[in-house]
Amino acid sequence: MSEKVIPKASINSESTKDLNRKGFISWLSLGWLAFAGATGGFFTLMIRFMFPNVLFEPPQSFKIGFPDDFTIGKVDIRFKRKHAVWVVRNDEGIYALSTVCTHLGCTPNWLEVEQKYKCPCHGSGFRKTGINFEGPAPRPLERHAIFLASDGQIIVDKTKRFKWEKGEWEIEESFLKI
Amino acid sequence: MSYIKNLFDFLSTPTISFTLLTVSFPFIFPPSDWFDKKNKQWGIYKLWTNKGAFCIFSFITFFFVLGYFDPYFNLTMTKPDNIPIILMIYSMIFVVWLGMKQAYINDERLERGEKPEEWTDPDDKVLVWPDLVYIELIALIIFMVGLIVWSILIGAPLEEPANPASTPNPSKAPWYFLGLQEMLVYFDPWIAGIIFPIFIIVGMMAIPYMDINKKGNGYYSFKERRLGYFIFMYGWFVLWVFLIVVGTFFRGPNWNFFGPFEWWDPHKVVPLTNVNLSEYVWVKLLNKGLPASIFAREAVGFVIVIGYLFVMPLLLAKTKLKSLFEHYGPIRYSTLMLFGLAMFALPIKMYLRWLFNLKYIIAIPEWFFNI
Ligand code: FES
Repeated sequence: MSEKVIPKASINSESTKDLNRKGFISWLSLGWLAFAGATGGFFTLMIRFMFPNVLFEPPQSFKIGFPDDFTIGKVDIRFKRKHAVWVVRNDEGIYALSTVCTHLGCTPNWLEVEQKYKCPCHGSGFRKTGINFEGPAPRPLERHAIFLASDGQIIVDKTKRFKWEKGEWEIEESFLKI
Repeated sequence: MSYIKNLFDFLSTPTISFTLLTVSFPFIFPPSDWFDKKNKQWGIYKLWTNKGAFCIFSFITFFFVLGYFDPYFNLTMTKPDNIPIILMIYSMIFVVWLGMKQAYINDERLERGEKPEEWTDPDDKVLVWPDLVYIELIALIIFMVGLIVWSILIGAPLEEPANPASTPNPSKAPWYFLGLQEMLVYFDPWIAGIIFPIFIIVGMMAIPYMDINKKGNGYYSFKERRLGYFIFMYGWFVLWVFLIVVGTFFRGPNWNFFGPFEWWDPHKVVPLTNVNLSEYVWVKLLNKGLPASIFAREAVGFVIVIGYLFVMPLLLAKTKLKSLFEHYGPIRYSTLMLFGLAMFALPIKMYLRWLFNLKYIIAIPEWFFNI
């Protein structure tokens, strides 16, 4: 067989006849557009998913009772489970400590005997004031805003945080003088 | 019995066990002639014979049997999460033993001028089908049976639904991350949780480019690549596997250390007060307060870190490691140094913590930057 054999398909096939360079490019761009649209839609839905319509979580700012409900020198752990704050009263007043470890975000436990918060994850320890003194935690626990409502109850506002290393514990809202 | 248990408890204190491992490692995997001589002299190489394996494994088994009948160790040992660690200890030591045994046999053969054991006539081929596939099928079946039996016998360690406001005490990562969790004790999260894992992965991928020793390719041999062996074994066995074992068996409530036969007392008090380098320098040494400017405060730390990571390799390239530098070229040399020094930063930091209660060399909590 010396003559060239041309495959039949390439002569008769519709697609090769119809699809010139221009047509190919426009189909290609249509395809890409469709793909981009689909992926874009998908990601929009994904991102929308991150913002639920209803949130079943306790309010960020809440009343914790009257100043007299808190004993001087005690760490109140009643609000830890629900609101993730410790309320501590000392001789001068009351402050609300965030229960989030400043190392990697575990929740430490208050140890009454040792008088310290101790993190079960990598062993960071914090004094009653929230100052870090052992383990890897690089900075003290954060405090939340605390103030009196008009009815005399204490309000803790978790949307505000006060960091010691930035000198924010000097700010009035971080500490309720009594 | 209680004497032996106390001894084990004492030996497993991380300061002691880690030091023992680190010191004995160059003798077990001698990276230089001097260590090799000692290794021969003390007969450590006998570990890689059948008798040696018998000794190693009977020792480990003795330890675990003792632990099984101990009321406290039994609790940690038989926890479903911890069973894989026991399997891991056996299998990893076995794999190392097997590799070293074959390497030593080959070393002897090479010394006699013979070809390594694995060397086969290039014309003598083994077929994928059926030779390989057949073995794979059997391995597959055995593993399936093992996993099914395991999952039937030991319940999965499921716990109550997660609550961000209460963390179990102690709170342990999955077993394969316990090495990371151990690193987190000594380093800031962004180093131990991000930089180091990246370094480990990239470093492993870079090994073939950094280790340009062509010998030992396709066959086991210790002598022809002993430095590489030593560095890898130290990084893998001591800095990873051993830390996993520590995290599993020796870490209890509040992430305190407990000996294997010790009761997990949640109120165990261990003084761990840590001090930053800047406080050491400014407060204790110079008797002044910390300077207000961050850079002045952390200057010493910066000098140390930069010196360790960048200046030291430069000086070494000019002096002690000159031949290595010339052999490797600047790019390969600096990569090797960067990864190697990062790896050895872990034990260094551990010892600084244990000996001087040093918390961070550079501590800038204002920027979340601590080293
Ligand atoms: S998260 Fe608290 S010590 Fe690491």
